[in-house]
Amino acid sequence: MSEDQPDDRRRIVRDSLGVGIATGTYGVSFGAVSVGSGLDVLQTCALSLLMFTGASQFAMVGVLASGGAPFSGALTALLLGTRNTLYGLRLAPLLGWTGRRRLAAAHLLIDESTAMSVTRETREDARTGFLTTGLSIFLLWNLFTLVGAVAGTAIGDPRTYGLDAAVGAAFLALLWPRLRERRNLLVGLLAAAVALGVVPVTAAGVPVLVAGGVALLAGLLLHPKADR
Amino acid sequence: MTWLAILVAAAGCYLLKLAGLSVPPRVLERPVVARVADLIPVALLAGLVAIQVFTRGPDLVLDARAAALALAVVLLLLRAPFLVVVFGTAAAAALLRLL
Repeated sequence: MSEDQPDDRRRIVRDSLGVGIATGTYGVSFGAVSVGSGLDVLQTCALSLLMFTGASQFAMVGVLASGGAPFSGALTALLLGTRNTLYGLRLAPLLGWTGRRRLAAAHLLIDESTAMSVTRETREDARTGFLTTGLSIFLLWNLFTLVGAVAGTAIGDPRTYGLDAAVGAAFLALLWPRLRERRNLLVGLLAAAVALGVVPVTAAGVPVLVAGGVALLAGLLLHPKADR
Repeated sequence: MTWLAILVAAAGCYLLKLAGLSVPPRVLERPVVARVADLIPVALLAGLVAIQVFTRGPDLVLDARAAALALAVVLLLLRAPFLVVVFGTAAAAALLRLL
């Protein structure tokens, strides 16, 4: 690999900060939705600080909002969190961190920090993209979670402001880029239908896990040639 | 109970991240593992959208949330930013309930 040009480095930092700001600020919607789901401000902020992976956080409060048991919410959050494991597998050889640095880097391993580092050609560039994106999102996501939670608490019943509908929109927006693949679209529609089908006969929180089972079955049964 | 679930889930999510950075990449080379892992977020998110929008307790319902979700689809097709989609949908549901 050639020596890095300062211009390239600056561009990576600028792009990463852009993604960081765009992503971090939507912590405000998580904060508002979370207190609307019945969590208090401290619990909401704890999720952003300690869990720090948006889809899992939304899933956890979403299951609680629909009346699910806290541990159904936790299980759903964990299942969604498995994709970060896959990101880690791809990034590990590229970032090349070990020991304490790896322990710290793991907390910042999310969709966006992966996207901004996985395509880099050198280890230095990958680390720059990963750290700039991860740290800027971590700071802003937590700050805006607090803002959203406090504002959400102050405004009263979230349904008046349509925040219950906003959760569904947030999930759909997170899912949207993956629906361009036809296989994903089919699995998504099937999972939604199966989840709704079992709603009347199962406890709250279970339908989402049943939907996860659709992925397992589809993954096992789909012929490899159906990929791509 | 809620606190315990939060802490357990947060610890679990961290360990899942750390596992990825620590496990030899050969695990992912099994196509079945890669396929299932790829599809799980899709199925879970789709299930969550459906539950969030079309149910109330154990009942299936069609209300302002469903109409607002249709707006969310339009906004996403127009490539609107995340915040616009989320709060635009909220505003639509709130307005429909006022009518």
